[in-house]
This record gives sequence, C-alpha cells and structure tokens, in this order.
Amino acid sequence: MKSFSQQAISRRKLLKGASAIGISMTIPAALRAQGGKLNFYNWDTYIGEDTVTDFEASSGIKVQYDLYADNDELFSKLKGGNPGYDLIIPTNDYVERMLISDMLLPIDHSKIPNLKNVNPQFMDAAFDPGRKYSIAYMWGTLGIGYRKSAVDGIPDSWSDILASDKYSNRIAVLGDAQSNLQMALKAMGKSLNDWSDENIAAAEAMILKQKPHITAFAPDNGQDLLLAGEVDLAMEWNGDILQAMDEDDDIGYVVPKEGSMLWQDALCIPKGAKNIDNAHAMINYILDAKVGASIAEFIFYATPNNAAKEHLGADYLENPAVFPNDETIALCEPSVFPGQEIVRKIDEAWTRIKSAG
Amino acid sequence: MEDWRKSPSSFTAFSVPPLLWLLAFFLFPLAIVWLYSFGENVSLVDIETTWTPDNYIRIFQPEIISLFWRTLWLTVITTVICLVTGFLVALVIATAKPKWKPLLLLVIMLPFWTNLLIRTYALLNILGTRGRLNDGLKWLWEGTNKVLNAIGLEGLIGAKFIPIQFLGTQGGVIFGLVYIMLPFSVLPIYSALERLDKSYLEASMDLGAGQIRTFFYVLVPMVMTGVITAAIITFVPTLGQFLTPDLLGRGQVDMIANVIERQFKKANDWPFGSALSLFLLYITFILLAIRSIYDARQSRREKI
Repeated sequence: MKSFSQQAISRRKLLKGASAIGISMTIPAALRAQGGKLNFYNWDTYIGEDTVTDFEASSGIKVQYDLYADNDELFSKLKGGNPGYDLIIPTNDYVERMLISDMLLPIDHSKIPNLKNVNPQFMDAAFDPGRKYSIAYMWGTLGIGYRKSAVDGIPDSWSDILASDKYSNRIAVLGDAQSNLQMALKAMGKSLNDWSDENIAAAEAMILKQKPHITAFAPDNGQDLLLAGEVDLAMEWNGDILQAMDEDDDIGYVVPKEGSMLWQDALCIPKGAKNIDNAHAMINYILDAKVGASIAEFIFYATPNNAAKEHLGADYLENPAVFPNDETIALCEPSVFPGQEIVRKIDEAWTRIKSAG
Repeated sequence: MEDWRKSPSSFTAFSVPPLLWLLAFFLFPLAIVWLYSFGENVSLVDIETTWTPDNYIRIFQPEIISLFWRTLWLTVITTVICLVTGFLVALVIATAKPKWKPLLLLVIMLPFWTNLLIRTYALLNILGTRGRLNDGLKWLWEGTNKVLNAIGLEGLIGAKFIPIQFLGTQGGVIFGLVYIMLPFSVLPIYSALERLDKSYLEASMDLGAGQIRTFFYVLVPMVMTGVITAAIITFVPTLGQFLTPDLLGRGQVDMIANVIERQFKKANDWPFGSALSLFLLYITFILLAIRSIYDARQSRREKI
C-alpha cells in the first residue's frame, strides 16, 4: 500500500503550492470525505513514533490520542458508557469481556483492504470467531526476564520463580492475581484456564509458600527492577523485557518449558463511537505493510502483519524473545475470560496471599 | 465579621455555592457509592441495588480484617512519628528569626511542587538494595574495613557488606508514608505555635517551672488543638494510601486501599469495593466522634 503515503506527499505538496501562489485548490472528494476526527485510546508507548501524525497528514483526520495503563482502566472507563472513543486496543480476554457485555461494534472488513496483509492464522480466534469485532494488532508471551550473569543456566521453568528458594529474594513477579495464579497452574503442568476450586487452592498455596522468597509483586515494573539489579529474575511481558534487553546486554528472556500465556491485543471499535469510518481508515492505515513495519520496529512486539515482515530486519524477525519457536508456542495458551464468579475467587485468593505475613 | 444571625440573607447568599458544590461533588457521588454497596453484579457492567448485606458481611473475612488491622497499625505509627517530628520542626520554624521563617516554610512546602508518583520513584532509587543510600553505607563500610584491616582487626564488621533492605518491609512503607504526610502535620502545629502568646511561657519560667515542665505543662496543652488537627489530617489520608504499599512496600505490605483499588479495576467488583470504602469512612467517623465527645467533656470540665 504505497498509495497512501504517496497521496500524503502529493497532498501536502499541493497545499503548499496552493498557499504559495495564493490560489485555492479543491481537495479530492475521496480525501475530503475522510476529514473529521478520530478519538484513539491506546496503551502507552504502543505505536510508532510518527504513526499518528503521518496518518493525520495523509488522511486529513484530526486524531485525539489518549493513553491508558492497563485493560482494567480501559474497561472501567467504558463500563459506564463510552465517553467518546472511536478506536481502542484491548487484550484478547478483555475483547471477550466486552463482547459479553455488548460493548463493541462490528468491523466492516470490506472497508479494510489491508486485511490481506494479516497472517491468516490471526483472522480467526476463539474469543471472536471470524474476527467480526476485533483485528489483531500485536501479540506476545509472558515469560521470565533474567540477568544472565547472575543465574545458573537458563531459568526456564516457572518453578524457578514460583516454587523454589534457589533464587530467594531475587525474584519479581507481576502484581496481578490472575497471571500469577495462571503461571502457578502452568508450573503444575495444568491448563491456565482450568479454574477448578482445587486448582485455585493449589496455586494459592504455591504462591503463599513462595512469598518470602519473592522480592516484589511489581505493578508492571519488573523490567526496571531487573535493570536496576534489585532482582535477577522477573515474570514479565516479553515486550517489556525486550526494552530492557535493548539497554543491557546482560538481560535475557525465556518462555518457560512448561509453556505460558499467549496474548493478543486487538483493534476494536467501541459502541457509541462517533467516527466509525475514520476508525476503519485508521485500522487500514495501521495494517499497511510499511506503517506496520515502522510500528513493530519501534515497539518491538510481534506483528501479525505478514507484509510488514518483509520490511523488517533479522534482529527483529529472528529474535526468539519476539517470535518464540513453534514448539514453545505449541505449549502456550491464550487466557480465556473465566467469568465474574471465578474472577471473584481469584481475587479472594490473592487477598489471602497479600494479607499473609 | 458580623454575627450571621444578624444578616441571614447575606449568609444564605454566601453559603449556597459551597453547599451546592458539596451536594454535587461529595454527597451525590457518596450516595451512589452507598447504593452500590448494597448492590450485586448482575452482569460485567451492570450493578443492581438489591439491598443485600453480603458486601458488608464479606468485610468480616479474616484476611480483610487482618488487612484492616495492618492498615490501622501502620497509620497509627505513621501519625505518631509525624506528630513528634512535626512538632519539633514546627517549633524550630516558629522560634526562628523572622527573616528565616518564609524560607523554612518554603522548604517544607517544596516537595508539593513535584508529583507524588515522581517523589515515590525517587525514594525507590534511594532506598533500593542497590540504591543510593546503600551505596553510601557500602562506601562507609569499605572505609571502616580498610582502617580496621590496617590496625589488625580483620573481619570485625563482617567479611562482606550486606545491603540493608528497606523496600518491601513495614519499615519502608512507614518511611514512605511519613515522608508524604509530614508537611501536613507541620503546618497546623506551626500555625498554633505562631498564635501562642509567648508571655505565658515567660510567666511559667518566672514562676519557677523549668524548661521541660514549661514545655509539657504549658506549651503542649496550649497548642493541643493544632496537634489534634495535625493528627486528623495526617491520619485520615494515610488510611487510604495504596501507591506507597504498592511501590515502596513492593506489594508485600498491602494496606486496605490496595484491596479497594482492585475491586474497582481487576476484580471488577464495585459493590464490594464500595462497601469497603464506606467501612473505612465509618471508621474515620467513629474516630472523629470520639474526638468531639472528648472535646465536649474538656469544655465542660473547663467550665467547672
């Protein structure tokens, strides 16, 4: 899809020329139709450096760009009614929550010609059959970030973090209940979506026992603790560890041998969106090969955009922390939204863990 | 200022805006929270007020109660430290030369110019096991060790420097809370000290009381209102802290507000979160009520 960027240049040039010689030009109808606004609500540092401004220049759409820190913030904001967002990027299990709660609008595939760039594997999903409501944006894994010089071999088991005193007081885990209990389930060789009462109790007991050996329940800053040398092992999202690896060669990332969680963030249009056509235009723009490549190059998460990969180098494509090998992926599972009942049980287990000691 | 009874119309005119403000932005939201606290999740997004007492009953689970006790304990310790330190700091400022006072007050106010989150991250950098404070201690340790080695006392202070762990402990959380709350306790005590008529102190000394007796029997009772105000405005916000336990406590020393925050986000259980918030509010009300009963008794005793 070169046409987009070429149009951008030509249009900018035209306007420049027009103002220079003081005559008014008629903007092509196709572009004029796309003018207007787009309220884009995204995670922090989760798009290319110039993606938004380039999109504005090429489409004439004014983008209001807001940030959220996590899925819960997004969900809480939209729960009481959409305050005006046109495009959001929730993670798969939150796409599920939003679908259950009827919070998303269907996406018109015919308005997104660049869908042809997306890896066919990502054009269907259990959480959204046929991808009628969500388009894959980025995907990744949960794993262990570690300081190479401080560990004995590669800490490639969840037990190293959750059921062993080998690295006592050098461990950071995530701050949220569900991921921790899920990785405890993985350490026991169980499915991370198997929330039977016995499983919850066993996972709770494992983390409770491990608590004295855990340095920090880090609210998504495990990579900082790793970089500062406060811990040597951290349960973290691969993208966060990759950013740390960029700053420090002594840091590595591994998806444990028991498997892990496979997550996917998806572009969605929430109910109540005012600028639905513009949201489709933005989705199409993001799925462009070059645009997709520039985003992936900047945020270093795995892209489902096959066409974009042709514009990316080996340091990205052959990086096992970005793209784990197929055997590893086979052991990973996406997290399924377990329902409010289970969420409550998970939270109660977490409160018991946190109140101990 | 005239007595309001003499000019009720101007009193009404002035009191309407703040009352409306209070109604719109305090009482109305609080009423919603109150309704939620008797509600049930009927779907992921809808809450129905069914007047169930379940959310309040759930508060009495042992782990929630133990978190309440921990919160209360950390808050009391923090308040006591803040009052003692705050009193001394306020005393220093109040007795300083007039030209220094604005500067000293500015030093107390200065941290407010930086966002709380940034100050907390700065503390993380200082207090970490590889933080600046432990760096300094290590430097001191190495120096001392060198001297000891030179005079033939090897290994007297251990073979290796062991960094002190501040973060992730109750001590670290208390340190962080005191750091945040201290200015709030200094200012009311300072203003009480400023208003104090110094001649009472002179009279006490002239009549033969020593420094210490004057301090405890004349100065402290006279600024007691300031101290109590300081205690309340330190105690109440400390009860609701969740950022400090999360970052300085490294999630190992959770307080009750951490549970409340989770109910509104991760756990998506607004009814239970509302019940917990209101329970915290009731505790505060009870403490304030005890205070006013005490006040009433005091004034009755004074009349006699």
